[in-house]
Amino acid sequence: MQKIGVFVCWCGSNIAATVDVKKVADVLRLEPGVVISETYQYMCSENGQALIRNAIKENGLTGIVVCSCSPRMHEATFRKTAESAGLNPYMVEIANIREQCSWIHKDMDEATEKAIVLGRSAIAKLKLNAPLTSGESAVVKRALVIGGGIAGIQSALDIAEAGYEVDIVESSATIGGNMAKLDKTFPTLDCAACILTPKMVDCAQNENIDIMTFSEIESVKGFVGNFKVQIRRKARFVDEKKCTGCGVCMQKCPSKKGKNEFNMGLNNRPAIYIPFAQAIPNVAIIDPEQCLKLKNGKCGLCAMQCQVNAIDYTQKDEIIEREYGAIVVATGYKPISLENFNEYGYDTYKDVVTSLELERLMNAAGPSDGHLVRPSDHKEPKVITFIQCVGSRDTSGCGKPYCSKICCMYTAKHAMLIREKYPDTEVHVFYIDVRTPGKNYDEFFRRAVEQYGVDYIKGMVGKVYEENGKLMVQGSDLINNEQVVIPSDLVVLAAAIEPNPSVRKIATMVTASIDTNNFLTEAHAKLRPVESPTAGIFLSGVCQGPKDIPETVSQASACAAKVVGLLSKDKLKCNACVAHSDETLCTGCSVCANVCPYGAITYVDKEFRIGGGKTETRRVASVNEAVCQGCGACTVTCPSGAMDLKGFSNKQIMAEVDAICKR
Amino acid sequence: MQEMNNEKRPLIVAFCCNWCSYAGADLAGSSRLSYPADVKIIRVPCSCRVNPMFILKAFQRGADGVIICGCHPGDCHYTTGNYYARRRMSLLFSMLDYLGIERERTRVEWVSAAEGAKFSAVMNDFASKVAALGENKRLEDLRCKE
Amino acid sequence: MQRIETAMIEKAKALLSSGEVTRVLGWKKGELGYDVEPCVFKSEESLKDFCYNVFCGANLSKYLVEESKKEGKILVFLKPCDSYSFNQLIKEHRINKENVYTVGVECQGKVDPYKLKENGIEMVDSAVETVDTVTVKGKEFKKEEIILGKCLTCTKKPLSYDDIISFNEKREPVLDRFETVKKLEAMTADERYAFWKDQLSNCIRCNACRNVCPACTCTKCVFDNDNSGIASKANSDSFEEKLFHIIRAFHVAGRCTDCGECSRVCPQHIPLHLLNRKFISDIDRLYGEYQAGEDTDSKGPLTNYTTGDVDPSDVFGGNN
Repeated sequence: MQKIGVFVCWCGSNIAATVDVKKVADVLRLEPGVVISETYQYMCSENGQALIRNAIKENGLTGIVVCSCSPRMHEATFRKTAESAGLNPYMVEIANIREQCSWIHKDMDEATEKAIVLGRSAIAKLKLNAPLTSGESAVVKRALVIGGGIAGIQSALDIAEAGYEVDIVESSATIGGNMAKLDKTFPTLDCAACILTPKMVDCAQNENIDIMTFSEIESVKGFVGNFKVQIRRKARFVDEKKCTGCGVCMQKCPSKKGKNEFNMGLNNRPAIYIPFAQAIPNVAIIDPEQCLKLKNGKCGLCAMQCQVNAIDYTQKDEIIEREYGAIVVATGYKPISLENFNEYGYDTYKDVVTSLELERLMNAAGPSDGHLVRPSDHKEPKVITFIQCVGSRDTSGCGKPYCSKICCMYTAKHAMLIREKYPDTEVHVFYIDVRTPGKNYDEFFRRAVEQYGVDYIKGMVGKVYEENGKLMVQGSDLINNEQVVIPSDLVVLAAAIEPNPSVRKIATMVTASIDTNNFLTEAHAKLRPVESPTAGIFLSGVCQGPKDIPETVSQASACAAKVVGLLSKDKLKCNACVAHSDETLCTGCSVCANVCPYGAITYVDKEFRIGGGKTETRRVASVNEAVCQGCGACTVTCPSGAMDLKGFSNKQIMAEVDAICKR
Repeated sequence: MQEMNNEKRPLIVAFCCNWCSYAGADLAGSSRLSYPADVKIIRVPCSCRVNPMFILKAFQRGADGVIICGCHPGDCHYTTGNYYARRRMSLLFSMLDYLGIERERTRVEWVSAAEGAKFSAVMNDFASKVAALGENKRLEDLRCKE
Repeated sequence: MQRIETAMIEKAKALLSSGEVTRVLGWKKGELGYDVEPCVFKSEESLKDFCYNVFCGANLSKYLVEESKKEGKILVFLKPCDSYSFNQLIKEHRINKENVYTVGVECQGKVDPYKLKENGIEMVDSAVETVDTVTVKGKEFKKEEIILGKCLTCTKKPLSYDDIISFNEKREPVLDRFETVKKLEAMTADERYAFWKDQLSNCIRCNACRNVCPACTCTKCVFDNDNSGIASKANSDSFEEKLFHIIRAFHVAGRCTDCGECSRVCPQHIPLHLLNRKFISDIDRLYGEYQAGEDTDSKGPLTNYTTGDVDPSDVFGGNN
């Protein structure tokens, strides 16, 4: 015999002002199986919970229905309350009479009527609830960090410092990411390399960190605490363990026409190269597109020169498999392609560059050794015009609808650095708005304007064209309400940033959600900003949304704290509302495994008694409860009705339908 | 149909996925965006949990309209659930139409956790369309009437 | 047709005597010629009752679900349409293929005894068949006058056989299989409702459609399962007629090979295959052509998706 308790919450006046809570309690008290039905001002308060606990104990309740706010708000609270009174936490159902009733209806009769129906439906479901227990699974005490930029580096260092092993998988030949390409950083103007490269070295030297560069994630299986990841270690044609990074091969290589990716293609590099002087690992790599030996078998100079025999032209991609308890996605960003912005002439004029290219042009280790010259004729530019929001805050469909967040500050930085180093250079900036929230940020921007005399023009640029050897930047000045044309020597575009394109593939592999702009979705925008909704997947850096360096580092450390919290557990509780197959009904037809996004369903041959002392062997589905996340896709696809979902069973949902439709 | 204020009210069952649409409904609530009380929501983990049998059962018991809400395609919490739901519901609705059941009695809408306003607008629109159709007679099981 | 029957019996005898198979699944003569029924023959001797003629419409594939579990190999004769059902059952792991020896057999359409009856011909004992005609009781019929509905639209080819018996006498389909579905779609909703109400109200819930269907091989049908929430033994009103048939059609959607057995066996002559064909035509229209049973490894349309699939609100064809 079921003994059900109903608890109707007033939520102060939130519910009680529109729903006659007493009437709801009185009507629901008459439902078969209900032995107690009470109201209270705040059921979630300590007193309210005590009322529930006492009622459970005194009446020996087998289950409770709480008519209150959304289960998304307090289901967990009331489950704990029930548990502390000795009731199975899954013998609790919530009737949402606040968000989905009192807050949207004005008429008291109508709202009360609906609250009663919702309460009845919860009671009908509860009657079919069964006590559930969550399984447990062990945690592999190692983390995977995908991406070796500043976000990945910081997360890895923090996890390693806490004493856990962590692998960094980076797709390019060195860690360091975009930050390694920067010259100076705002708002302090300290040099990026000076603060980043020591961290890169720390990574290389930390015993808990294993760096796999020029590697990609091939597949991810498993679940929180137990991911099995295949990593493709792409052939670099140089034995990482032997190469000392001496660089002789680079000097001797006769093929020197490869675009230098680190310098944004502004100069060339040999076919065998080390990405930059401080690269980690400091190991050469061969570009098979450029290498004469790999292309037509004629050369082999580098192998002859190498003192440690590190060159291996026969190297092949290798796939390794490792297990992890947690995965950090730190895939970062790239500037958008500017093909939709022909009006700025990026593809037409050599002296129209992106901001990241300007970083390289100004960097002491860049193609012009830090001497700012125009790419076309290597002359010093005298008039430089910056165009902001190229593809950011763009709702036309050509660019991105969001603000890239970092451009206002780095443009101010560029302008300031140029005026500092080349005081006779004229600097103009076209902007829509200048956005500088952040510690010392607005002060920084004002310095650019007030102290360094950078000319900020509020307005959009219509087009850039060439006239008499000058780049004519034609735009509108909204403050003076006039059209302006600025003859410039160099035009710098603050291109919007977008998530690294590889993130979509990775998100699919780890079943993380992604938004329309390809940024990874956090579990909760405010309260769980570094976790993905998929358990065990964490978000570090720009893959989650545009961020500058200080924010990225904070988020990376926050992310590491979450990972460490997970790895410090020996066992994890699994989701209790999982699918299960009724083996007496299952025909082993295998359609359910087709729709399972987690690979939780396998098939086993089992022996069944068929009467008359006989047995038969049948193929039946078996659900791995540790892997199942409880979506229920299998339950509907199952033709025989063998597959059902605990906590949301066919019968339970049908009972809710019945209760709602009964009148 | 329920008699209320001398006016017949339709009965609408809404299946909402826990992660997006149910949260969207909560947001409609916390934003005080009203929609008719005729709409009663049943929480399911994912739109792919909605078995066509649930929908038919609701009609059998006298529901005048059934709406299924899930995360936008591509945003499913379980990655792919709503893609399967989309195919199942497409075929089911087309079949109901083939049997002569009014098209406006069934609907699928994608409502994210952030779209409280959309949730409310969808429910208002659906409820008024269903109300205009009148009672569900073609699928109702008369024995279920009390 | 006689020569194909002879060849089949020879094949069966040879396989039985060599011990390669222990049983033969085929068709057995009834008291009257059109009274053919599926049968498992266990000896060369028993094959005297074996027949293969214009009345062998029954699809044998479903019997293999149980038969292939037994000791020893069984020989089965599969008409082209049966071979699709067989393949689909292999795909769903319902048949143990190792225990089955399949022989594809040619078919130029099977006679519908009801159509003969409508033409005033009953108690048929034998028939003479050519590719285009059937002669019974001295009266010659064109095939399209008297063959089963499923045969009028058949384009199927024998699949997945260990051996084939064929004299390469093919018949082309005379109708587009979606013709009636399209006609129904072109009606108004009220007309469609009236049509189905009229048809389905004839249903006596004998379950013949379910029992014959090669896609309905559940250990326990949801309609017999108290936990399914829809268990019912008989239709008590017009809703349940619809409920039963919608759910039955939905359960086999994407798996139904359009073998037409449901309509063939319906004692009330309800055109049940029109429900299945509606699903098939929608699947073809919305997700690309798909023939269940054509292969044994593809994902069915309901266990598959593309990110660009149409929304349920945009699926309606025809009239409202």
